[in-house]
Amino acid sequence: MSWDYFIELFLGGLTRGSIYALIALGYTMVYGIIELINFAHGEIYMIGAFTALIIASVLSLFGMHQLVVLVLAVVLAVVYACAYGFTVEKIAYKPLRKAPRLSVLISAIGMSLFLQNYVLLAQTSDFLPFPKLIPDFEFWEPYSHIISSQELTIIATTVVVMILLTFLIKFTTIGKAMRATAQDKIMAALVGIDVNHIISITFIVGSATAAIGGVLIASHIGQINFFIGFIAGIKAFVAAVLGGIGSIPGAVLGSLVLGWTESFFTGYISSDYEDVFAFLFLVFILIFRPAGILGRSQTQKV
Amino acid sequence: MTKNCLKRMAVLLLCGALSLGLFTGVGLAAETIKIGVAGAHSGDLASYGIPSMRAAQLVVDQVNAKGGVLGKKVEIIAEDDACKPEIATNTATKLVSQKVDVVLGHICSGATKAALGIYKDANIIVMSPSATNPDLTQSGGYPNFYRTIASDDAQAKLDVEFALNVLKLKKIAVIHDKGDYGKGFAEFAKKFLEESGKAEVVLFEGITPGAVDYSAVIQKVKRENAEAVIYGGYHPEASKIVGQMRNKKMNTIFISDDGVKDDTFIKVAKEDAEGVYASGPKDTSSNPLNVAAVKAHRDKYGEDKGAFFENAYSATLALVNAIEKAGSTDYNALSKALKSEWVETPIGKISFDQRGDAIGAGFSVYQVKGGKFVEVK
Repeated sequence: MSWDYFIELFLGGLTRGSIYALIALGYTMVYGIIELINFAHGEIYMIGAFTALIIASVLSLFGMHQLVVLVLAVVLAVVYACAYGFTVEKIAYKPLRKAPRLSVLISAIGMSLFLQNYVLLAQTSDFLPFPKLIPDFEFWEPYSHIISSQELTIIATTVVVMILLTFLIKFTTIGKAMRATAQDKIMAALVGIDVNHIISITFIVGSATAAIGGVLIASHIGQINFFIGFIAGIKAFVAAVLGGIGSIPGAVLGSLVLGWTESFFTGYISSDYEDVFAFLFLVFILIFRPAGILGRSQTQKV
Repeated sequence: MTKNCLKRMAVLLLCGALSLGLFTGVGLAAETIKIGVAGAHSGDLASYGIPSMRAAQLVVDQVNAKGGVLGKKVEIIAEDDACKPEIATNTATKLVSQKVDVVLGHICSGATKAALGIYKDANIIVMSPSATNPDLTQSGGYPNFYRTIASDDAQAKLDVEFALNVLKLKKIAVIHDKGDYGKGFAEFAKKFLEESGKAEVVLFEGITPGAVDYSAVIQKVKRENAEAVIYGGYHPEASKIVGQMRNKKMNTIFISDDGVKDDTFIKVAKEDAEGVYASGPKDTSSNPLNVAAVKAHRDKYGEDKGAFFENAYSATLALVNAIEKAGSTDYNALSKALKSEWVETPIGKISFDQRGDAIGAGFSVYQVKGGKFVEVK
């Protein structure tokens, strides 16, 4: 057993975990506010990636600098995905605010299928090549065989996004309103918080992180199709549950734990049963900590 | 009393349904010979299935222009299975209920396996242009199955011999996608490598299709100092693995199967695809029949032919030829004709052996050079 190998697996798991985290953040934020598992979240991630692909292809035609293309693609993907997240909430969830939770859940699954098929029809069913938007940093060349500059970017972005989100929720008025809404919607409304407005903002912020994730991950694996949101979404959802759904540090921690579990299991045992083991591990953690690693157990509101 | 009434009604209904079925059956069978075309016509593997549908259409158009077979026009009934076994059984049932005489398809091995039993019960001959799983012909369980492509073990044997004798490799990692096709290929590759005694299989692993990252498996390949990866599976995962290996500055040779020998692979993997080896059906592009078929495709659809086009074209020709020689679409007569008659096709002059494998169809190894698959001589 060599240390090099261990470190490589550790970094591989860290990358994988960061990928999950960028998507898991959206799940956990939405759940925190309206206790809805937003199954369409994976699709928002996919739409973000598609938007970036289209923008990047168009901009590359004009021969723009790679960094300019990257920034513009990310910004526009975020704007587009936010618009989708906002609209999805208005169409599929808001009219069901007073309905039983199961109805909203089914509405979410329907939205997910709808968006998948919409992209399938509007774009293509083929796998499309995704350009390498993140350049190979020159200063990082000596270490790039251990961890590539793209992986480094993903990890760094996750950290930054997590810090920004924590800041948003802990120290801003909007964050305060979000926490209030999460605690008690009626009471929050009574003290003058526009609950619908706050929920919209939550969806927009969640969609933005998913879009950023979509661009970075697609650039990392170099291909996209209409179905990528599903698998990534499921894994991220599992990560969010593992960390304690509703908690932002929990989503990141859960993602990292899931990433490391998969990476080490593959590295030291076998990748044949990678998913089986990851889910077994999830079951174990939930047996001992039913609310997730960082989740607070709360009495079920019926 | 009511019970009796219900029973009588049920019997009446049943009689009605049966007689209707009988009439439509007789009525339609007299008009045309129906070839069912099953495969992935939508979804992410549509690029494997659509060329077959077009190939069948081109052959049928030609046959019909000459007045059809046995004095009847030939008709195509296409059904989509999206390459999914669970959908393929429905597809097969649909085709059987539409009374097709023979079936061209299915495209993916898993889907074909799932559908074959249904055709067998209905005494329908099935010919696949692309399902390469060895069991389909070697298990003996599907006497109604034929194919115009060599099976995975032939392909694995070719790839292994290439790796051992041409590339002279000593340490090889074998990776697969856990599917029927990929794992079958990988297991044969492993078996042949071990039997040869010339090289060591340092790693044998399955990966999860659709995962966001394969770095752990790639690290493993690196740790084992494998000189090459033999991969069994389809192009989406192959391009991810090759891309991530090149990102990690690994020059490991990548050898794969005809699931990867698809232009989409080069399109997606871009410069990382350079140098990748993949086996695929023998290059018969200079065969005059093939040249004519490709030209007909270009004239009708305005684009280049796709994967398995020649195989599907040949399969349709073989089926039509067998129907003509047999003088009917009867199962036994067709089986006999397929196994005894030779037919000129774009992939060469072919017939079928007792198990249903085409005699005269083979594989070659290709390498990506300058963004194209080039046959390695």
